[in-house]
Amino acid sequence: MLAENICLMDVEAPRVARSARPGQFVIVRVDERGERVPLTICDYDTDRGTVTIVTQVVGASSARICALEEGECIANFVGPLGRPSEFVYENIEQLRGKRIMFIAGGLGTAPVYPQVKWLAEQGVKADVIVGAKSKNLLIMQEEMRAVAGNLYVATDDGSEGFHGLVTQLFEKLVAEGKSYDVVVAIGPMIMMKFVCLTTAKYGIKTIVSLNSLMVDGTGMCGACRVTVGGKTYFTCVEGPEFDGHQVDFDEAMRRQAQYKTIESRKAKAVQEALEGHKCKVGLH
Amino acid sequence: MANKIPRTPVREQEPAVRATNFEEVCYGYNEQEARLEASRCLNCGKPRCVEACPVSLQIPRFISLINAGDLAGAAAAVAEDSSLPSVCGRVCPQENQCEGSCILGIKGEPVAIGKLERFIGDWGRNTGSLKVKCKPANGHKVAIVGSGPASLACAADLAKAGYGVKIFEALHKAGGVLEYGIPEFRLPKAGVVAPEIENVKKLGVEIETDVVVGRTVTIDSLMNEEGYEAVFIGSGAGLPRFMNIPGENLNGVVSANEFLTRANLMHAYDDSYDTPIYTGDRVAVVGGGNVAMDAVRTAKRLGAEATIIYRRGEAELPARREEVHHAKEEGIDFRMLTNPVEVIGDDKGWVKALRCVRMELGEPDESGRRSPVEVPGSEFDIECDVVIMALGTSPNPLIATTTDGLETNRRGCIVADENGATSRPGIFAGGDTVTGAATVILAMGAGRKAAAAIDAYIKSK
Repeated sequence: MLAENICLMDVEAPRVARSARPGQFVIVRVDERGERVPLTICDYDTDRGTVTIVTQVVGASSARICALEEGECIANFVGPLGRPSEFVYENIEQLRGKRIMFIAGGLGTAPVYPQVKWLAEQGVKADVIVGAKSKNLLIMQEEMRAVAGNLYVATDDGSEGFHGLVTQLFEKLVAEGKSYDVVVAIGPMIMMKFVCLTTAKYGIKTIVSLNSLMVDGTGMCGACRVTVGGKTYFTCVEGPEFDGHQVDFDEAMRRQAQYKTIESRKAKAVQEALEGHKCKVGLH
Repeated sequence: MANKIPRTPVREQEPAVRATNFEEVCYGYNEQEARLEASRCLNCGKPRCVEACPVSLQIPRFISLINAGDLAGAAAAVAEDSSLPSVCGRVCPQENQCEGSCILGIKGEPVAIGKLERFIGDWGRNTGSLKVKCKPANGHKVAIVGSGPASLACAADLAKAGYGVKIFEALHKAGGVLEYGIPEFRLPKAGVVAPEIENVKKLGVEIETDVVVGRTVTIDSLMNEEGYEAVFIGSGAGLPRFMNIPGENLNGVVSANEFLTRANLMHAYDDSYDTPIYTGDRVAVVGGGNVAMDAVRTAKRLGAEATIIYRRGEAELPARREEVHHAKEEGIDFRMLTNPVEVIGDDKGWVKALRCVRMELGEPDESGRRSPVEVPGSEFDIECDVVIMALGTSPNPLIATTTDGLETNRRGCIVADENGATSRPGIFAGGDTVTGAATVILAMGAGRKAAAAIDAYIKSK
């Protein structure tokens, strides 16, 4: 358990671990009755053949993922899905000359970590802002500190680090003289939207990673349709990362909420059944 | 005279009852009915039905064996040419193939070849009488991408010839379109699909699910690192088409693939499964093919008022005749010569209507069908909560874009010759990934041809 309703686990999946790159994700079906839930890859270890995932309880299936005990099995674990981050294909020398800022919100810290770690392994130190509602919802601080250039923390209630939103902290850093060539923002849609509005003011290229609804995750259903620069894309195969300044966030947020009422009804029943159960999988 | 006997009717669930459940619509023939129907076959010297069958099933032969009461013999005769008779008997467009060319159909009703194939396929499976022999293992390994009809047919033939065959499936369940696409009420999963796949596994074929070729592994890694000497790509046409009209990304507009995958593969219609599905009160399905019929009938079963919107006329509907007939019996509303131009949303971004224009049929186009032409000023709105786009699919580009030197055409289909050989030696392809969306039986035929070509390729190395 990383924080309330957020759990982290290592999953044995040698094929996925071998092929995973920063920016990609997996789809997990916890059991026969579970949904296919897209989850970000938080870390991967080719030697051990494991992939680390972070899950937040939002529906019935994610509740059962978080209720798994260490040693238990997940029915299906498929990936890596989506395209790796653009920088993976960039010239390393050019990359080393870039000033990169990652802005992670809440659970978005998990997918940001392997990107910052990969860059650190190539000798690129990227700055990171991690934001959360409150101190107890901050995740992976130690791991991030080990790979980031400067790590900045913002909490909405001021219980740790900067008191305010990640966008306010970013603007403060820029006002203090920091400058960046590219910003990568991963977190709730609303946060990514406002990061993009902020960076647009400074003309800084901004990449976002969208967590659209998905069923198969291989380009078959189109549930993850998103409008980028006036064109429709499938997040699962053409994303999940897009040019944030081109994304229609209002549409993306509306589409993301499509099944909310049906899901919460199903989730409530499961939550009640699990009452009192504490997640112990992969306690770190 | 044999041909004086009328075509034997098949028992079906009452339309009003079946429109509220997901159980199979058609009960099929029992032995008595099957033998009666089999007695109608003229056993033609030059059987046109065999010529019209993509896998050249020995139709008069298996039918005369049913007629003679030798069911085991009939089942064995079918098994020589088809590994999925219970599936094909249910989903083939027989009216355009075997039954469409039956001599009896000229003056009366053709022999119910599909229903007889289904009967004998089900009989063979239920009695477990089929024992297919495989040649001894020859030590060669072949990888197969996807687990739909093309792949299953290819895998079965290669396994029988002694090859070590492994199928890689992206989803969590094998079967491809048989699992995620065709609904339970037309093709039962546990009763028909699963046992047919089990039969392929009994031949020694391995199936590894949750492997997305192009992401988890690549064709080249399978060949270079995992020791497969040849690969067959039978990954189908999974990419849904949309109309590119305004409002298509509103909440409530889904592809038929998404709607059917939620219902079939994910069991969303069952409350004990987590995956949600939404129909609202009124569903409009755009398209006139089998997938459109599957989607509209699924929506009906989920309690919605369901309508088909099709831009041509009823005679041009590409769906199987039986599906159209069943859909009508179940109370599906058909709006022909109607074409959507815009999806209208409410202030919260949900679908509230589909704006359409009326069409009239003009000159025949290159497909031979009269092409629809818009009637000027004929715009009108059809109120609905959900719009399902069933406009056809094209192959997923994932494999082509991750395999160097694999040629595709401008429609995104993999280029392969009549034996399935692609532009890369050792890589074969067949089914919808080559032709674009077609039928189960054509895919099976392509899978079988490719199996023979792979056998020849490996032997010649």
